Amino acid sequence: MSTETALPVLTPGDFASDQEVRWCPGCGDYSILAQMKKVLPTLGVPPEKTVFISGIGCSSRFPYYVNTYGMHSIHGRAPAVASGLKIARPDLSVWVITGDGDALSIGGNHLMHAIRRNLNINIVLFNNRIYGLTKGQYSPTSVLGQVTKSTPAGAIDTPLRPLCVAIGCEATFVARSIDVNIKHLAATLKRAAEHVGTSFVEVYQNCNVFNDGAFEYATGRDVKADSTLTLENGKPLIFGKNRDKGIRLNGMNPEVVELGKGISEDDLLFHDEKAPEPTLAYLLSRMSYPEFPEPIGVFRDIDAPRYEEVLGDQIAAAQQRGKGDLQSLFSSGETWVVQ
Amino acid sequence: MATTTRSKQLVELDAATVRFCGDSGDGMQLAGTQLTNTSALAGNDIATFPDFPAEIRAPRGTKAGVSGFQIRFASTEIFTPGDQVDALVAMNPAALATNLCDLMPGGILVANSDAFDDKGLAQAGYTTNPLEDGSLESYQLFPVEMTKLTRAAVDGLGLGQKESDRCRNFFAMGLTFWLYDRSLEPTLRYIDAKFGKMPAVAEANRRALKAGYNFGETTDAMASQYRVSKAELAPGLYRNITGNQALAWGLVSAAVRSNCELFFGSYPITPASDILHELVRHKNFGVRTFQAEDEIAAVCSAIGAAFSGSMGVTASSGPGIALKTEAIGLAVMTELPLVVVNVQRGGPSTGLPTKTEQADLLQAMFGRNGECPCPIVAARSPADCFNAALDAWQIAVRYMTPVFLLTDGYIANGAEPWQVPDVDSLPQIEVKHPPANENGEPFMPYARDERLSRPWAIPGTPGLMHRLGGLEKQDVTGNVNYEPANHQHMIDTRAKKVANVAADIPPQEVEGPASGKLLVISWGGTYGACATGVREARRRGANVSHTHLRFLNPFPSNLAEIIGRFDKVLVPELNSGQLRMLLRSKFLVDAIGLNKVQGKPFAVGEIVEKIEQIVKD
Repeated sequence: MSTETALPVLTPGDFASDQEVRWCPGCGDYSILAQMKKVLPTLGVPPEKTVFISGIGCSSRFPYYVNTYGMHSIHGRAPAVASGLKIARPDLSVWVITGDGDALSIGGNHLMHAIRRNLNINIVLFNNRIYGLTKGQYSPTSVLGQVTKSTPAGAIDTPLRPLCVAIGCEATFVARSIDVNIKHLAATLKRAAEHVGTSFVEVYQNCNVFNDGAFEYATGRDVKADSTLTLENGKPLIFGKNRDKGIRLNGMNPEVVELGKGISEDDLLFHDEKAPEPTLAYLLSRMSYPEFPEPIGVFRDIDAPRYEEVLGDQIAAAQQRGKGDLQSLFSSGETWVVQ
Repeated sequence: MATTTRSKQLVELDAATVRFCGDSGDGMQLAGTQLTNTSALAGNDIATFPDFPAEIRAPRGTKAGVSGFQIRFASTEIFTPGDQVDALVAMNPAALATNLCDLMPGGILVANSDAFDDKGLAQAGYTTNPLEDGSLESYQLFPVEMTKLTRAAVDGLGLGQKESDRCRNFFAMGLTFWLYDRSLEPTLRYIDAKFGKMPAVAEANRRALKAGYNFGETTDAMASQYRVSKAELAPGLYRNITGNQALAWGLVSAAVRSNCELFFGSYPITPASDILHELVRHKNFGVRTFQAEDEIAAVCSAIGAAFSGSMGVTASSGPGIALKTEAIGLAVMTELPLVVVNVQRGGPSTGLPTKTEQADLLQAMFGRNGECPCPIVAARSPADCFNAALDAWQIAVRYMTPVFLLTDGYIANGAEPWQVPDVDSLPQIEVKHPPANENGEPFMPYARDERLSRPWAIPGTPGLMHRLGGLEKQDVTGNVNYEPANHQHMIDTRAKKVANVAADIPPQEVEGPASGKLLVISWGGTYGACATGVREARRRGANVSHTHLRFLNPFPSNLAEIIGRFDKVLVPELNSGQLRMLLRSKFLVDAIGLNKVQGKPFAVGEIVEKIEQIVKD
């Protein structure tokens, strides 16, 4: 590239649209938007080659606020729209912005199949554990017993864990970050963009109007070090304000242990995001507060064939055997001539 | 053929209608297809009507499992597979019981007598054997021991009894081919191609086919052979084509002629799946097919592809279209080109999956939330599906709108000869994507041309970045907008845009006198029965004309004027009166309906009868 004309240096401003951002003041979405605008100029993809597709919900207003191509589609269907777009145009960088209701409730089927196809797209799920745009009903990630407008006596269905769903669908890249943890969030989004295949990122996002403090345990200054665990590839699972606690495997189950007292780092579980089997990633994705610290970072990052590339290969192979010609198609097989 | 000397009487016919019927595992569809191809290659005009149950294998020998294939071949131009059949080949008692009502008095009835045992008779509800009790005296009955004769023919090839019996349909074909003086060559070629890797099976089928033919030749029972000469078709190269195949080829052609890449998102559904099966074979044209996880994803993926600049198409049948409706509304709002194919079948709900109906017209017209107009194009025959696909895509790109393309199970599965067009004669479809905008001026995605169509700006183009979506758009800028006057304006604009399509529709034509007592207005797959029925009624003295609609929304601009030239209007439809409702509301015309919703196409006789009844009043 050095001998080519220098590419213009892109800045976050190049990705800012002229539309007024209309999320509630204090919403976690602002932070995610800011980090996304910081990351986009670093990816080497110009705005016109970038497309944001969203469904319905607060998070799904996102495409209006970035100056790329975009579509604010219909509820739950963003992965399907994005799939068609990516299959038709593998040259584009495609992002899906979705929420816990959009992705896991009405759009669960599309999410599942987009992930298993491993198209080279990035799916960012803003998880606020509530329906915000419809003003406060419980969502598929709301916790058991959560009192909301539609569950005055408490939610009674077991919540879905977004990362478990993704891993169950054979996701090749799975990560989690937190809206206010801005450096970690930016780094995670960048890793997701760089992964070739479907990247699935869950972002803990505070809805300060309808579910304020849902992630206080993971963001509060005094508690976050003990209730979250930052994953680092190849490193032991250590957490705590004093980095004196770790995760050890006991049989098939993880357990929290204190370092020292005869337990060394070598006794801990070591993270391996490249593990071909998803067992470790799945185990990590099931660790939840308060029994466990909740891992943030990249759970899994493996390489697998991309749907659109394999389809492209099939098309190329067919065309190598002879490009389509209408007249010969029409005349193929049994024909007869009327004089 | 080997038969050089003819021992039997040869009777010349203008046309013949034959129906094979048997268990759904008896290979009746194959028998029908082979007779179809053979007759087409012999130069006849043909029309076919495959009719099969929704169950893949209903209990053997029961009426529920009867599958049939009717074919009419003629030395004149024909438009329908015929009301009644001249020859019925029944492989078992259940097939006889369910199909005998359509056999012409005096018609030929070939029955596999081996299947008329106590069990088979009981399953069909017979208390005595109809082949022996004299109840079939008004037909030319030929009981043939097909099972026994087929087993004998394939003896020595090492096939089990089950495999031997599977060759029975070839015996039935051979006998029918002899009866109508048809060549065995096309079917022998088919056997080579299909069973080449299984030599014993291929040989067994060949032997069964020839055994059937020779049985006709040698048996004393069959005294006459029939011949239908070549039809006087326009000179040119012909092939046999089904509606779904023609539609798929029309889509491929539309893509080629518009320099677009075809993206086809679909989910399997009867009777539309064959379009997917056909399109997957054309990757060499760059066709991208996507078998989506459901109907909604199928249409949404096509919308995503359309946004990116591809020719986005989805196809389904009524239940699937119902699932797609919200997304079609998105395509209306985002004003992206899209073709939505509905191969109609019997409804409501799951309805009659394998049977035909025309009851989704109002679904295409109104089946979405809000004021959500879409142009509607309907194909009239199997081969016409080709041109209808080109028409639908042309409207979609020219007006930046989803377009419904309606066919039905009858024409989708039916076949007829198709004169292969010269590719250069196909319309060149203009597609424009605005070029990069380097001057920094804001791009206006909802600015409009003289047709009220907006620009199709595609990702990858510098300076044209914009956001689409389902929320109401501000005129010109395309920004989200909730203002009352803007919403009114956009609703009106979308309606006007679709109404403008009428400017590109050729003037509607009338077949028969330009004015008079009665005008028959038809649409879609009933064309054949209506055209034939009107001609027949006129031959018998009725003052009646016919006009057939390809464009159902908007209507052709001269349709009101045409209707005004006739005293009465008759609208035959395979629904409870959907086009009639539209015509009445649009033109305040007191149209009369002829409505049938039985999962079956119209018989020509039904059209003639209704015309004569109205004209007499």
